[in-house]
Amino acid sequence: MTAPLYGLMAEFENPQDLVEAARRTREAGYTKIDAYSPYPIEALTEALDIHDRKLPAVVLGGGLLGGLCGYALCYWTSVMAYPLNVGGKPYHSAPAFIVPTFETTILFAAFAAVLGMLALNGLPMPYHPVFNAPRFALASRDRFFLCIEAKDPKFDHDETWAFLTKLGPRVVMDVEE
Amino acid sequence: MNDETPAPLAETARAARPGSPFLAPGYTFTTLTDKLASIALSRRTPKAWFFGAAVGFALTMMLLFAVTWLLFRGIGIWGVNQPVGWGFEIVNFVWWIGIGHAGTLISAILLLLRQPWRNSINRFAEAMTIFAVACAGLYPALHTGRPWLDYWLIPYPNTMGMWPNFRSPLIWDVFAVSTYATVSALFWYVGMIPDLATLRDRAKKLWAKILYGGLAMGWRGSARHWHRYETASLLLAGLATPLVLSVHTVVSFDFAAGIVPGWHATIFPPYFVAGAIYAGFAMVLTLAIPLRKIYGLQDFITLKHMDNMAKILLATGLIVGYGYVVEAFMAFYSGNTYERFMIWNRLHGPYKHMYWALLFCNLVGPQALWFRKVRRNVPALFVVAMIVSVGMWLERYIIVVVSLSRDFLPSSWGLYSGTIFDWMTYIGSIGLFIALLFLFIRILPMISIFEMRALLPEAKVSEEEP
Amino acid sequence: MSDGRISIAEARSRLAALRGREYWRSLEELLETEDFREHLHREFRVPIDSGMDRRELLTLMGASIALAGLTGCVRQPTEKVFPYVKAPEEIVPGDTLQYATAHIHGGYARGILAESYEGRPIKIEGNALHPASLGGTDVFMQAFILNLYDPDRSQAMTERGEIRPWSSFLAAARLALEKERPGRGAGLRFLTGAVTSPTLKSQLSAVLAAFPDAKWVSWEPVGRENVLEGARLAFGERLEPQPAFEKADVILSLESDFLGSGPAMPRTVRDFASRRREPDGINRLYVVESTPTLTGARADHRRPMTPAQIEEFARAVAAAVGAGTASAGGDAFVSAVAEDLKAHRGTSVVVAGESQPPSVHALAHAINGSLGNTGKTVTHTEPAADGGSPGATFAALVEDMRAGRVSTLVIVGGNPVFDAPADLAFAEAMSKVGLRIHLGLYEDETSRLCHWHINAAHPLESWSDARALDGTVTILQPLIAPLFAGKTAHELVGAFSDQPEKSGHDIVKEYWKGKLPGGDFEAAWRKALHDGVVEGSAFPAKSVSARPAPPPGTRNPEPGTGLTLLLRPDPTVWDGTYANNGWLQELAKPLTKLTWESAALIAPATAQKLGVTTEDIVELSLGNRKITAPVWVLPGQAPDCVTVHFGNGRTLGGRVAYGKGYDAYPLRTSDAFWAASGLQIRKTLRREALATTQHHWSMEGRDPVRAVSAAAYREDPEVVAKMGEEALGPHDSLYPRMPTGSYAWGMSIDLSSCVGCNACVIACQSENNVPVVGKDQVARGRAMQWIRIDRYYHGDLEDPETLHQPVTCMHCENAPCEVVCPVNATVHSAEGLNQMVYNRCVGTRYCSNNCPYKVRRFNFFLYSDFKTEILKMVRNPEVTVRSRGVMEKCSYCVQRINRARYVAERENRPIKDGEIVTACQQACPAQAITFGNIDDPQSVVSKLRAEKRTYGVLTELGTRPRTTYLASLSNKNAALAAGAPAEEKKGA
Repeated sequence: MTAPLYGLMAEFENPQDLVEAARRTREAGYTKIDAYSPYPIEALTEALDIHDRKLPAVVLGGGLLGGLCGYALCYWTSVMAYPLNVGGKPYHSAPAFIVPTFETTILFAAFAAVLGMLALNGLPMPYHPVFNAPRFALASRDRFFLCIEAKDPKFDHDETWAFLTKLGPRVVMDVEE
Repeated sequence: MNDETPAPLAETARAARPGSPFLAPGYTFTTLTDKLASIALSRRTPKAWFFGAAVGFALTMMLLFAVTWLLFRGIGIWGVNQPVGWGFEIVNFVWWIGIGHAGTLISAILLLLRQPWRNSINRFAEAMTIFAVACAGLYPALHTGRPWLDYWLIPYPNTMGMWPNFRSPLIWDVFAVSTYATVSALFWYVGMIPDLATLRDRAKKLWAKILYGGLAMGWRGSARHWHRYETASLLLAGLATPLVLSVHTVVSFDFAAGIVPGWHATIFPPYFVAGAIYAGFAMVLTLAIPLRKIYGLQDFITLKHMDNMAKILLATGLIVGYGYVVEAFMAFYSGNTYERFMIWNRLHGPYKHMYWALLFCNLVGPQALWFRKVRRNVPALFVVAMIVSVGMWLERYIIVVVSLSRDFLPSSWGLYSGTIFDWMTYIGSIGLFIALLFLFIRILPMISIFEMRALLPEAKVSEEEP
Repeated sequence: MSDGRISIAEARSRLAALRGREYWRSLEELLETEDFREHLHREFRVPIDSGMDRRELLTLMGASIALAGLTGCVRQPTEKVFPYVKAPEEIVPGDTLQYATAHIHGGYARGILAESYEGRPIKIEGNALHPASLGGTDVFMQAFILNLYDPDRSQAMTERGEIRPWSSFLAAARLALEKERPGRGAGLRFLTGAVTSPTLKSQLSAVLAAFPDAKWVSWEPVGRENVLEGARLAFGERLEPQPAFEKADVILSLESDFLGSGPAMPRTVRDFASRRREPDGINRLYVVESTPTLTGARADHRRPMTPAQIEEFARAVAAAVGAGTASAGGDAFVSAVAEDLKAHRGTSVVVAGESQPPSVHALAHAINGSLGNTGKTVTHTEPAADGGSPGATFAALVEDMRAGRVSTLVIVGGNPVFDAPADLAFAEAMSKVGLRIHLGLYEDETSRLCHWHINAAHPLESWSDARALDGTVTILQPLIAPLFAGKTAHELVGAFSDQPEKSGHDIVKEYWKGKLPGGDFEAAWRKALHDGVVEGSAFPAKSVSARPAPPPGTRNPEPGTGLTLLLRPDPTVWDGTYANNGWLQELAKPLTKLTWESAALIAPATAQKLGVTTEDIVELSLGNRKITAPVWVLPGQAPDCVTVHFGNGRTLGGRVAYGKGYDAYPLRTSDAFWAASGLQIRKTLRREALATTQHHWSMEGRDPVRAVSAAAYREDPEVVAKMGEEALGPHDSLYPRMPTGSYAWGMSIDLSSCVGCNACVIACQSENNVPVVGKDQVARGRAMQWIRIDRYYHGDLEDPETLHQPVTCMHCENAPCEVVCPVNATVHSAEGLNQMVYNRCVGTRYCSNNCPYKVRRFNFFLYSDFKTEILKMVRNPEVTVRSRGVMEKCSYCVQRINRARYVAERENRPIKDGEIVTACQQACPAQAITFGNIDDPQSVVSKLRAEKRTYGVLTELGTRPRTTYLASLSNKNAALAAGAPAEEKKGA
């Protein structure tokens, strides 16, 4: 093959088979594997033993930062930068400052959640080898795919091919870089 | 299973099946995907769409005219005066913001509450939110005496060394509404990514491939991505929930923080939020009913949906009613001259007809929803929803205008009525809303495809191992 | 503007079609109605068929104004004039100078200090040295400066519409005189208003000496003829009664509005108010009147009566106090009043109004006589304005004119064609006169019928002199050279003397040579100009003795069939003189609070009987004379009496005057001059929207205005405090007080002195460049005045108690408006001013919504005129001219505070108490307003605030207003105390 190999891809008819295949693949000792489905499947996360706890931390950080900035802005402008007697209220009108603070907290946290999710997922990524797999377009419709990467230490083209075929996929195919 | 792992939507799917009442039987991944995707992709556009879009566009042009005139001549072309410094513009602002709430509520709160039936309506409900907030945003921006200086409300370093007054509820509005708009937009977009990927893969035409491909950002449905995606959705929902509650609370502060009798009441925040959800669901129904007809979506937006929404309408309606009662009671109980007069004035004053109409629209009308027959009778539901929308507009009118028209010193009492330009701006903003909505329906998936897939029986994955 | 309501939409669109905004405009102008076009053509002397359209005309006019304005800015009078107080006399850039001169009202002088800023007069204040002012002003004194800069003033001398130089008029005058000489001036007539000017009198008599058969006729639509005739009935000679209200314990007014109008109004108000502040020694005022006036509003006991009843009442009282022949009788009221008067022999006074017939005046004199008041509380002097050739009445003049016996008619000021009694048909008689000459500020109804129109110089442009009611002479000095080269009456009359070229200054100065006190004339002249009064020029009191039984004079009309018609001058445009003054047109008339309008006033009960209501248009007919007018139902109006105000409904005389309200003069005839019976009223199907600034008449059981009887207050001073909602304690705020600066400005308004005369409103408008917005905007509730006089009714709808309250920004220490402004456009100064930062305002109007006093005003459109050059000259350079879309409000005259601060800092001392006088305070004839530092316990304002009468409005909201009020005191006659006051009623 001209282009270097990215990995092997197996297509399944239904979610059950995919989950089962994913579980067995992992048990077979493969590490660099990924599954593709048209909708989120919890069991699949289990099967592939995905445990990523980074995102919540990122969001928490964003929220704290937002709150801090919000209150700091109110405090600095009203107490230090340009203190004014407004309706006899003290310069540091804490109760009034709570609202902007709250809103900035939510805003920053929300951005952290979205951008964090995209960043961790490495999106946007216009090109990815798996798209080279014929029929992969169906991954967003009604088909389920399992992919073992060539980088996997345990990967051997023929052996892995055989292994995947054993899982009873609809078809197994090469995926080029 | 690991308890900390956020429950993916597959669970809600399990709750829904088999034969989920929220989705007609007989669909497969394939048929469902193709049917929903085709709405955005198909070359054929329903006649009704052209009609609706045309109406929306025409009214939007009227809005542009009214606004141009406003900027040219000044705020005086509106009916506002002394003592009634706020009129239609603020009434409409609150009305639109309120309508927006249902979207976030459906997408966020119902998600947290694991309500699978939301899956088919959350997408366009969110869209409705964003467009409603856009319409709402017009008003505060236009109602100032010198709109070209509105940016002074935004805290930015400037040569004057001046900053906004963070004690003013209007500044709180700026923060709350802009945050609300941003977060809703994010939520909406993130929710669409997988469906955009679907459209990308289904699209035939090049421009469509490029458009949807670009928007999908290379989504490929990887399990790892789905995992983080789920986490992000839940976190966003968790953030949007307090946000949506805060927004109308802050809007209610515009009044509650004032000293005008009829404004200065502690009941306002909860009462406004309830009213917002009330108005919002009314609008969702008003939109959903014609849409499911035009696009034959009865399979996805079922009578059960109608039924549920009607129930929420009824519940929130009762809360709003409670608000009225408490308001009146407190006015009496406080023994405060001005508060008591405020209620008397609403019941017997120059605007009494509006107040009685309001009581009918918001209290009497919705009581019909106690009956299952009505809840499942689509035309009847449509009528009730309309009545509620009108009622909620009247409520804001009563709060804003009537309270101002007669406050403390009888010598400065006056009357207010909207001018032709007030009406043009109001109706025009409805036109803008329609125009945006129809644009959205035409080019974006108005029903969340991947979440609907999760509702299919075949989506279920059995836990037991062979 | 009968179509005002229906055409609002059209008007709005039309407004937008115009670039920018005219200073003021009528809907007619907006809509370019046909009669308005016609009016323009007439006004600007353009042949109807000329292709010129309205826009071109206005442009042309604008251009001429611009030129005039520009030149006006820099020109100084060539003669020497003398500043009032400040030295050096030369103008200091950025500093103002005050010049003493006078405002002439109905011929009588009221002393003013005109403030000149770099050569242009910008503000009028009262002259404390002048007996008719004592430092106070009324609305006319405050507002007439606007006429000086009125773009509608006639700007050229014209003969049959052609512009002519003064020289050619002099030639024409010569020619006329030569024609008259053979007939010893038999055909020569001078028609003047009431003349108090010694110079002009001597000039005229000089001319009459040269032309023995010529006649000088004086005509004043609102003259003092009745007063003088009444004196003649009583004393046998025409005398001017000079009541001294400060000396009177009991005052009975027979429809005399001495607190609302009159030649010496500021003085009478001050004298009266000086006896209303303290519960001890408070005077008592009885008023009987047919139509509510400010005097009636202030009365302790008021009775609405038809004119006939008033006369009956007067006779009854006279009888009861032992004057007159009629047998004593009458109701409890009569006896109570009589008893009270008798109990105050020598310390009471009875006054009758100009509108009352001589017989009533005679009765008043008789009562005063038998009470021994004459010489004590009321003296009598020779009248200041009693001019004209012997026996030359206005009626006789018109008779001569119609008979063609008049060949030359010189109308020296005034507008007889508009205001002459209708039955005389003056206009048509004029056509029989060979040569007609008119001197006037405006091209008005009269000038249109004259061959020659001489554009008059404004009093502030003129050298002249005039007497006050008590005879004191003021020499008028110009502050600015005539903007349009106008001429004074002296110069016009001079044109018929043998020295026609002589300037006004020389004429006046020459007359006074040797007549001024003191040896050195120049010094005396200087002093006279400097003080604004000629020392010792007041008339000496004459000792008089009233005839025991006054012969019955002309009686008030007996209530015949139908209703009684009452004719009164308009409270704000007077007899029509001020019809083109935007400030006065937009000023809410006392009691009705109507603007830009006059209406037929009818009592509620009568209105009910007639089936008419406010805003109905009715046809009023007296014999074969008809007018149509909108109805205004007015509590306190006498039953079956309809009051119409004349002065509005002008058909010429400026864009502001044009077509406002209706013209009541057609009903005013020689025999129905002030009142007439037999009025028929017919309701038409039309209605007209009237623009009022206050819609609600009742206090709704709230207590913005607190009034107590002096007795009750003496008993328990706490009574005022108890009246309000429970006031908040010292802990009305959770927040610590903000630190105050070196001063804490505050204001105290004494409702017991205030008579609601509106002087403060105009003073504020003039001082603070408050724009005029027009009827349509007022009707929409967008009036801009920074002060408003709230008027509440209390008690019986047919005869209510009337309460006035001037309301302006309270400068709350915890200002609700400030907290809600998103951009910090309204904030608090360390000295407690609630400051409005126009440049920062974006116009959310949130502050106005949150202001419990609703004292904020918003520029919904571009109200201020940035286009018309000449109008820029009247503006106060120390106050920003506000633009569209910003909020504005009372600033406590911060510019005056800062001016005082500069002075104090230059002299390195703190600002003294009383050094800062706000515009409203300065104008107030009643001295009801006090301003100062409330942190200084010695300041007058602190002392007033310490009084038990002091209360704050809406203090229960925790606003801590810096402006506080002193409760109004009344002094009821125990004999008439009708127990508890009737519960409140709303107005119609």
